[in-house]
Amino acid sequence: MIWEVFRQEREGAAFAHAGSLEAADEAFARAYAHELYGRRNESRALWLVPRAEVRTVDEFVDEFERNYRRVDGYSLKSRLREARERAGTQPD
Amino acid sequence: MTSEAAFLEHVQSGGVVEAGDPMPDEYRALLVKFIAMHGNSELMGVLPERDWILRAPTLQRKLALTAKVQDEVGHAQLIYRVCEDLGAPREQLLDDLLEGRAKFHNVFHYPTRTWGDVGVIAWLIDAAAIVSQKALLKCSYAPYARIMKKICWEESFHILHGRDVILAMMNGTQEQRELVQEAVIRWWGPIMQFHGTRMPAESDLVLQYRIKTKDNESLRQEFLDGYVPQIRELGLEIPDPALRYDEGEGRWLYTEPDWDELRQVVSGHGPASADRLELRRRMRDANAWVRRAVLADAA
Repeated sequence: MIWEVFRQEREGAAFAHAGSLEAADEAFARAYAHELYGRRNESRALWLVPRAEVRTVDEFVDEFERNYRRVDGYSLKSRLREARERAGTQPD
Repeated sequence: MTSEAAFLEHVQSGGVVEAGDPMPDEYRALLVKFIAMHGNSELMGVLPERDWILRAPTLQRKLALTAKVQDEVGHAQLIYRVCEDLGAPREQLLDDLLEGRAKFHNVFHYPTRTWGDVGVIAWLIDAAAIVSQKALLKCSYAPYARIMKKICWEESFHILHGRDVILAMMNGTQEQRELVQEAVIRWWGPIMQFHGTRMPAESDLVLQYRIKTKDNESLRQEFLDGYVPQIRELGLEIPDPALRYDEGEGRWLYTEPDWDELRQVVSGHGPASADRLELRRRMRDANAWVRRAVLADAA
């Protein structure tokens, strides 16, 4: 059985994918993960997830051009200038 | 544009490939062959050092050497895992290795005669290997590049260990210094062969697909840049009178390595090839009952 291993480097850090390992059962998976990904104090904690349980979402089609959800959906510069001119506060 | 040409353009322009992505059969086959040889080298590469675990001069050295061996076997585990996701089962990779159908690096086909050899292996062979492995950090096949980060990090401990062993001997007795000098003489030929023949980049498919990112000669030059000064500053001699840095050409000149020896050795005819493979076969057979018991238990 194949297990995906996620590693937390420091307290408070996100768990990041480290690699995978093959083990006969959970007890072996724990032991291998410990030896392969944590024997030099490079990990604070590990997550073990059976590969078959991982679900992938990788379709990110923006059919409706919903740019209001993105930073590039806003251009404030020219309108800020216009507003400043209106208020007479435009810097030289 | 054909899908093969599009794939080539993708990887050549820095694009990466994940395990589940479509890829040309040629690319997959090259990956498996290249990565399996790397895995085999990690696995076989511990044997020259294993021979000295029981003979290490101090407890500290014994523990450090054991840890290094554990690291390298761990690297083999990670690397074989990458091959498995490409469709090459581990049992098949081990069969190919033990039956002589697959290769491992030339330097692991030689005996370790003295403790000086152990130091030189950890220092210079690991340094030569790191140069190659660093060039794999940008491999087009992302799962391989990712584990290479961890592997390079651990290799840096091995170089420290090697330098420490060498410095202890160089600061020791005349006899110890001679052991190091003799080891440098013994290993220099294989080290110069290690990165392989000069091959034009256009005809090297592994380079074209950006599986490795530097050609053999560039890797060798990088190794010489880093390590010739380090060897010489300790008062050690390198057994190649032609070795010198040519300012005009901007590269190291050296006596042509013995490529026939390299071909002989990597095809399983090195001085220790047969013994090493025999030991692996014996171990695999002797431990087969453990695998059977564990797998039966888990089933």
